[in-house]
Amino acid sequence: MTKLSELKVGESGVIVSVNGDKSLRGHLLDMGLTPNTCVRVSAMAPMGDPIEINLRGYRLTIRLDDASNIEVMKEKIVCNGNCRECLKKVK
Amino acid sequence: MIIALAGNQNCGKTTLFNALTGSNQHVGNFPGVTVEQKIGSLKEGKKSNSDIKIVDLPGIYSLSPYTNEEIVSRDYIIREKPDGILNIVDASNIERNLYLSLQLAELGIPMVIALNMMDEVRENGGSIDIELMSKLLGVPVVPISAAKEDGIEELKSVFVKTFENKIKPQVVDFCNSDDQGGVHRAIHSIMHMIEDHAKDKNISRRFAATKVVEGDDTMIDFLKLSANEIETIEHTLIELTSEVGMDSQAAIADMRYRFIENVVSQTVIKQKESKQHKISVTIDKVLTHKYFGIPLFLAIMGLVFYLSFDLIGGNLTSVFEIAIDNMITTVREGLIQFEMNPVMISLICDGALSGIGSVLSFLPTILVLFLFLSLMEDSGYMARVAYVMDKALRKIGLSGKSFVPMLVGFGCSVPAVMATRTLSSERDKRMTIILIPFMSCTAKLPIYGYIASIMFPGISGLITLSLYVLGIVLAVVMALVLKKFVYKGKSVPFVMELPNYRIPGFKTTLLLLYDKAKDFIVKAFTIIFTASVVIWFFKTFDIRFNVVSDTEYSILANIAKFIAPIFNPLGFGSWKTTTALISGFMAKEAVVSILDVLTMGEGINGLFTTASAYAFLVFTSLYTPCVAAVAAIRNEFGSKRKGLLIAVLQSVYAWTVAFIIYRILLMFIV
Repeated sequence: MTKLSELKVGESGVIVSVNGDKSLRGHLLDMGLTPNTCVRVSAMAPMGDPIEINLRGYRLTIRLDDASNIEVMKEKIVCNGNCRECLKKVK
Repeated sequence: MIIALAGNQNCGKTTLFNALTGSNQHVGNFPGVTVEQKIGSLKEGKKSNSDIKIVDLPGIYSLSPYTNEEIVSRDYIIREKPDGILNIVDASNIERNLYLSLQLAELGIPMVIALNMMDEVRENGGSIDIELMSKLLGVPVVPISAAKEDGIEELKSVFVKTFENKIKPQVVDFCNSDDQGGVHRAIHSIMHMIEDHAKDKNISRRFAATKVVEGDDTMIDFLKLSANEIETIEHTLIELTSEVGMDSQAAIADMRYRFIENVVSQTVIKQKESKQHKISVTIDKVLTHKYFGIPLFLAIMGLVFYLSFDLIGGNLTSVFEIAIDNMITTVREGLIQFEMNPVMISLICDGALSGIGSVLSFLPTILVLFLFLSLMEDSGYMARVAYVMDKALRKIGLSGKSFVPMLVGFGCSVPAVMATRTLSSERDKRMTIILIPFMSCTAKLPIYGYIASIMFPGISGLITLSLYVLGIVLAVVMALVLKKFVYKGKSVPFVMELPNYRIPGFKTTLLLLYDKAKDFIVKAFTIIFTASVVIWFFKTFDIRFNVVSDTEYSILANIAKFIAPIFNPLGFGSWKTTTALISGFMAKEAVVSILDVLTMGEGINGLFTTASAYAFLVFTSLYTPCVAAVAAIRNEFGSKRKGLLIAVLQSVYAWTVAFIIYRILLMFIV
């Protein structure tokens, strides 16, 4: 298991679980970071933090600190915004 | 009929609001720029129908109480019970946008979905089966393009019909997916349990039940459940967790997104990577580049300030100044020829006209600066600024999101203070508000320009720049002090969407500038006019209402002389500067107009030495924000006492800093 914050730019993963305190967790889930969603780390801010991730066809920025609450399974896939398709490939 | 307009941030909500109501308001691309509820009447043809009112709610992602805006929107819908919800959805980012739609549908209020940005979807080769989507979601869906005003008429007729006939959403069970039976059962059993409570509180039991499953404490308190009931609910939720393998909060979100994925897979032919997205990614490769990102940001800000204060704004201001001076001279000569009473001529020319004129000449600078700030916001660049600067701001205990209100603060503190509502924690919000007045607003610019050009000829630009830098440095010091002693702890998480870049609407930008100009001119002719005339009156007459030969003996001089000694240690303890500072509390621009009125004919050279002129500039750049800003601060803090306390503390801080700088300067110059 890997943390989202440990993925390098360009790497993708499938979300396994979202932890952290209730309100942050709720917000992350609301933004679509639910289990079995695939995400790709697409960029990093100039000072190395926050990172930019792609999921569900949009771009989200998140701090490494907060991203460390999200556990992912590292996958050799490229997120195209369609999680179902993606998951089929993985399974 | 009252209609609530709700939707995610960056989905074109404000543009739709403008298209529906014809009202002119700011459209921003930074997440959450709509900071107040705006209400407009539905436009029908050229007229507006005042029977149908539309309320523009802040852009939100969910109905969970995460940010203040989500709380505001949720409270509004639950308490005010609008006749209908018009939910705007960005078709080019449909999955995440529909998440809010599902929650809104649970409220049991008539609802219509406006599927925005359909032009972009089609342009990129995508398509959406609208009819099937309406059926699957159980609410009417109307494709539109708010920016091109396509589909607006059809949208109007659909929502008016739906809301008049009170047609509620037809589908409320979003748990039809294969393996999520556990969530379904939990919601239904809790729905039965809380039925009476929900009825008492007059809210949808379905909505209440899903919020309880989510573990939403606000809802649990609101329903006033008994200890017994809470225990049963907890038991149900534990069962749920063990059945679906994730806790109830995640299970609900998962259920909703599964439902959405199902709807989307049946109705949406996905576009290939959209042109807009591709362009944005390419631009960001440069603007958020590892090495170039920050220098580019500084360069952009530098350019904005250079254009505003020098090349465009500054030069236009000089032209304005000359024109106004000529006008006053012409009026004076005309009145002298007309043989009007000299006191009256003095009232018109030295009081009213020169007061208004000295402020009005700065209008071009202010408009140019505002133009650039709004372009940065509407294009989506401000979101990048927040992203790029986040790490730096975290060092002083804030997040990148605080950076945007602070940048707006360089325009005007009032909208800047209101923009802090987008921040998700009260701590970040308060800290940001306290720091905003350190960002020199455009109203202070006339003061810098006026005094620096007279007292520091040749280096006036440098002097102005130094005041901006000093403000920022002192804000950092203040932030570190606040972080250490008052607002301890960490700043809130930073989770922010990066919207696609968009070309700001020409009409919207122009309207914003028009509003700003109107605002400024109205202020010049009301507050500044009144202040100038009142001050003229007090400086022209003595306590026996005789015209004084020398202002020295006027009523004004006597009052100000009483307060002036406070400023002696700073080197500008004259009654004239004191009067100017007092009037500056009404509006910062007044400092200049009053100084101008008081020193008519003799200039301000007599009032200052080089050192004390700089100390005066430092003091004015830092002391209490104007009355409008203090009122805004008071509103956001929700306490009159705190608003005043900030104003007083700010002045004490300003006095101390000006004192130190003055004393240091005295060692080198006079």
